[in-house]
Amino acid sequence: MKVCMFHLMPYRDLPADFEQRYSSAYIDPLWFDVADAEKVGQYYNWTLDELLHAAKAGLHGLCTNQHHQNVYGFMANPSLMASVLAKGTNGQNVAIIQIGSTLPSTSPPTRIAEEYAILDCISGGRLVAGFPTGLPSDATISNAVVPIEQRERFREALALVTKAWSAKEIFAWNGKHYQLGMVNLWPRPIQQPHPPIWIPGSGISSTAEYVVEHDHCFCHLSYYGAKNAAAVTDRYWELAARKGRDDNPYRLSFLQLIGVAGSDAEAEDIYGPHAEYFFHKLLYTPPHYQQIPGCLEYPALRQALAHNPRAEVKLGELKAKDLYERGFVMVGSPRTVREQLMEYMKRLRVGHLLSLLHFGSMPTELCKSNIDLFAREVLPHLAPLWDDKYEDRWWPEKLRAKRPAAAMAVA
Amino acid sequence: MAAGETRRLRLWQGRIETEVEIAGEGLPLVYLHGPWGLPPDRPFIARLAAARRVYSVRHPGTAPGDPEAIHALSGWLDLIVYYGELLDRLELGAPATIVGHSFGALVAAEIAAAAPKSVQRLVLIDPIGLWRDERPVKNWMLLSEAERRSSLFADPASEAAKNFFAVPDGAGERVDVLSQFVWAQACTGKFIWPLPDRGLKRRIHRIAAPTLIVWGEDDGIVTVDYAAEFSSRIAGAEVEIVGKAGHLPHLEHGETVAKAVLAFIGR
Repeated sequence: MKVCMFHLMPYRDLPADFEQRYSSAYIDPLWFDVADAEKVGQYYNWTLDELLHAAKAGLHGLCTNQHHQNVYGFMANPSLMASVLAKGTNGQNVAIIQIGSTLPSTSPPTRIAEEYAILDCISGGRLVAGFPTGLPSDATISNAVVPIEQRERFREALALVTKAWSAKEIFAWNGKHYQLGMVNLWPRPIQQPHPPIWIPGSGISSTAEYVVEHDHCFCHLSYYGAKNAAAVTDRYWELAARKGRDDNPYRLSFLQLIGVAGSDAEAEDIYGPHAEYFFHKLLYTPPHYQQIPGCLEYPALRQALAHNPRAEVKLGELKAKDLYERGFVMVGSPRTVREQLMEYMKRLRVGHLLSLLHFGSMPTELCKSNIDLFAREVLPHLAPLWDDKYEDRWWPEKLRAKRPAAAMAVA
Repeated sequence: MAAGETRRLRLWQGRIETEVEIAGEGLPLVYLHGPWGLPPDRPFIARLAAARRVYSVRHPGTAPGDPEAIHALSGWLDLIVYYGELLDRLELGAPATIVGHSFGALVAAEIAAAAPKSVQRLVLIDPIGLWRDERPVKNWMLLSEAERRSSLFADPASEAAKNFFAVPDGAGERVDVLSQFVWAQACTGKFIWPLPDRGLKRRIHRIAAPTLIVWGEDDGIVTVDYAAEFSSRIAGAEVEIVGKAGHLPHLEHGETVAKAVLAFIGR
C-alpha cells in the first residue's frame, strides 16, 4: 500500500478560551483578534519543512488541501504549497498529492488545470490530481458559489479540465456555467491523458457514485478514524461491485490521525493536548455553516433527514483518552500503531493511507519525531500490503515500480 | 382554508412542472411566496381568499414531485421570463394584482418593472432586492437555530412562530416538511446568493402599478429602513409599517396585514 503524509496547516497557537469566544472555527474568528501574521509565516514554513521531512523519511506521497476563512487549515491555494514540494522533492520517489484545489470555487476552472499541469511538469510527472467539491462553507460562503449549483459546477469543471489537459486541437467550451471561446492549455501535464484523479467525500452519496462510474479513486476523509469507518467503506465496496468495478484496494484512500512514540503511555501523554486542541478548537463548526440549503442535492437531503440524526457527538466534551478509545486518534508505540493499522487497512481495504502526522497545536519538533518513528517502524510493515495482488492504477506511472526491498530491512 | 382547486401546469418547454393553488371567489390576485415555500403562507392566503380569488404559485423546484425543475432555469432573466410565462398561463384576463413576500416580493417587483402594463396593483411585504452597505441584509440561510427564530419573528414564542417552525411527529411527514423547508430556501437562494442584490435599483423606476409596501417594524432580516429605500424609488408608493412584527408580518399579524392589503387593492 501507499502511505502518505497529509497536512492541514492549522493555526497552532489559538488562545485557551478560543472556543468560548467563538462559536465556530470557520468564518467567525476575527484575524486581528486571534492571529499573528509573523507566526503564520512560520507555520507555512514549518508545514513545508515537515512535508519535505516526511518525503526524506520515506513517506510515499505528500498531501495538501484547500480551505478558507478558518483556523483549522488555511492553505488557501494548495498549488502554492505544492510547487515548493514538487521542486523540493525532485529526484525522490514521492508523489505530490493535491486533494486539492476546489473546482467550483475557481472560475474559470482551467486555472486549476494550468496549476496542476505546472506541478506535474515541475515534479516530472509525480502529480496526483485530487478534486474535492469543497466544504459547504468554503465554497458557498468564502467563495460565493451558489449552493444548489456547487455539484453541477464541479462536474462541468472536471469535464472541462480533463478535456483541456489532453485535447489535441483548440476547442470552444460552451457549458452551463463556463464559457471559453478558445481553450489551448499551456502547459499540459506530463501524465497523459491525465494524472491519476482522486476525489474526496465524507460519505457515500452522488459523489462516490460519480467516482466509481469514472473509475477514479475515492478518498474517505473522516476524522472519526478507521475504527468507525467500516459503515462507509463497506458501502463504497458494495457500490463498486454493483457498478462492475473490481475490488482493487487502491480505489480507496483513507485519512487517519496518528501519533507514534516510544511507548503507549508516552504517546498518550505527549499527543493528548494536541488531539484535544484539534477536536475542541479546530473542528468546532456549527451545523448552520455545514448544512447550507442546496449543498445537498434533493435525494441526499431527504436521505439525510430520514436517517434520524445520530446523537451528535459533543467533541468539546471528549478528553484525549476518549478520543483514543473511540479511535478518532490512533496513538501508541510503533508496534501498537502498526498492528492497529494493519488490521483496519485490511478490513477496510484501503490502498492509500493518508496519515495526519501533524495535528492541532503540535510543535514542529514533535511532528518531525512522529514522522521519523512512523516512517522507520510502522511504514515498512504496511508498505507490502496489497502489492502481491493489485496494481495501483491511481498512482503516477513513473512511481509505480516496486520500491527496493531494502526499505524492509529496517523492520 | 376552504378547499380550493390545485392546477398542475407544465411550462418552460415542458421542463418545469408546477402547481397553482386556487382558492376564494372574486377578482383575481396572484400570490408569490417567500424563501420558505408556499405551505407556511397558507394561513395568510386563506385570509386573502375570503375576499379574492387567490392564485398561489410555487417557485420552480418547490412544487411536489418536481424538485429538479429548479435546474431548468439558469439566471435572473430566465426566472423573470419564466414568471411571465406562468402569469400568461393563468389567463387572468386583465393585468395582474400581485402580492409577494420577501423573495416573492422581489420577483413581483421585477415583473412590474420588466412589463409595467402587465401589473395592475402591487403589494410588497418585507421585500428583499435592494442593498445598503450600512444595513446589510442578513442571510437567513446561514443563521443558527436561535438567531433564525429571533430574526424572522418579533416574538419567537408567538403562535405564528411556533406554527412556522412546527415539525410533525410522523417520520415520513417530518421528512416531507423539513425537506420542503430546506429545498425551498435552496431553490430561491439560487437566484440571490450570496446577497440579494440582482440590480433591481437600476430597473425599479419602471414600476407603474400603484404599490403598497408593508414592513414588519422589527424585521431582523431586512430592517425596516428599507421601506423608505423602496418607497422613494416607486412613484406614489404607500407604506404600512406593522408594529411588533418581524420579517413575516403576514403570519405574525395576519389579520392586520390582510386587511391593509385588501383595502389597498380594493380601491
